[in-house]
Amino acid sequence: MDFGFTINAPRAIYLDKIDPTLRDRIIARERTTLLCIGCGSCTATCTAGQFTPFSLRKVQHLIRRGEYAAAKEAVQNCMMCGKCRMTCPRGVNTRAVVHTLLQEL
Amino acid sequence: MKYRYANWQEYSKEIADDHYYYARSCIRQNFFPGSEKAFLDILRNDLGMDIVEDPRHTTCTGIGYHSDVVPLDTTMAIVARQFSLMTECGYENYVASCITSFGIYSEVLDMWHHFPELEEKARENLFKATGREFRKPKILVHTSDLMFHVRNKIAEKSVRRLVNVTTGEPLKVVDHIGCHYAKVFPKKGIGGAEFPYVLAGMVEAWGGQSVDYPERRHCCGFGFRNYLVQANRGYSVANSQKKLESMAPYNPDFIVANCPGCAMFLDRWQFTLNAMTGSHYAIPVLTYEEMAGLVLGIDPWDLGLQMHQVPVEPLLDKLGVEYDPSAKYLGKNGKFIGRPLTPADYTSARL
Repeated sequence: MDFGFTINAPRAIYLDKIDPTLRDRIIARERTTLLCIGCGSCTATCTAGQFTPFSLRKVQHLIRRGEYAAAKEAVQNCMMCGKCRMTCPRGVNTRAVVHTLLQEL
Repeated sequence: MKYRYANWQEYSKEIADDHYYYARSCIRQNFFPGSEKAFLDILRNDLGMDIVEDPRHTTCTGIGYHSDVVPLDTTMAIVARQFSLMTECGYENYVASCITSFGIYSEVLDMWHHFPELEEKARENLFKATGREFRKPKILVHTSDLMFHVRNKIAEKSVRRLVNVTTGEPLKVVDHIGCHYAKVFPKKGIGGAEFPYVLAGMVEAWGGQSVDYPERRHCCGFGFRNYLVQANRGYSVANSQKKLESMAPYNPDFIVANCPGCAMFLDRWQFTLNAMTGSHYAIPVLTYEEMAGLVLGIDPWDLGLQMHQVPVEPLLDKLGVEYDPSAKYLGKNGKFIGRPLTPADYTSARL
């Protein structure tokens, strides 16, 4: 029967087992990434996000969880307009974060 | 300050014996109205307690707050108004019928404790908007805390125990504690989040057997953001599935939950899972007041057991409760209230 949604499959991420090298390198290059509280203001204001599934908030989570491949694919959608930087309540230099990701991933 | 304790007794809280201001729950008023009535009837009529109910009180804003549509200032002003109604009624003990409300009140009181300027602002906002003033409650409890507190008095007045009348065996009861009851502030829940005892204590006092199943402490899948948006409901139902899969091997006779949302979703999602996956879950879900009401011999249809999706008749038969099957879907003054569709009848054309 179609209820308009399906049952999400369970998945587990073992933070002890992920390779933190890339994550730590990104953090070292752009320290403000640590300020992110995951509020999603960047995603809410994102123009690219209006037309694609791109969400900078999601990318932040993916990096922290070591899911680099998914993050690399997602970050290609960014148009570098920088609106997210203007709206970030924590002062994360989101544009620089995206630049770093494009270079490091 | 110590945050972790070795056993449930160390997670204790002060519960006043009497004189409470009662605040209802938005969800329970709609989905389990019999439970709130039973709570008042049992405590007032059977145990002679003084519980005042004020029709002027409103939502605590919990649903809006957790859905990001109500700002914190508004929540604080409304909580302040509830407290001002309590103050006006001359009470100092506050009992909330809802787990979300209990979490909201606890959270707001904690914020006011750590940031007195927020309390000042809430007082100012309330006074400017309504001219009201308030005193903070001396004791804040959830209705399940109060039922736990009087569980032995209820046991003394009981007409039956949670025992299978055919086999003489105690009924196997799986409990579920609301996350906002003990996971937000573990010290404010009996047994905390690790040793949930508030419902198990009632089950044991009334003759049942509490089952400590593996996913006992897992979320039921309610979570406002998880079900308000249809696209997210897959996450909600996945949590319920995890819970039900974990408890099913123990062949529980029923589930008891102390949270309005948990009681609703563990009940309704059984129907959804059966329709989606072809499973055959049919574990009745009760609130603790309904459990107490059955123990005290209240008519199951007066308790509102017909409001549940999963039929409760098999449980009533096990308990030896006499009931009139034809009266199940008759509401006040014998008015037919409608009956739920069975999954086989459930087609999108009929929705």
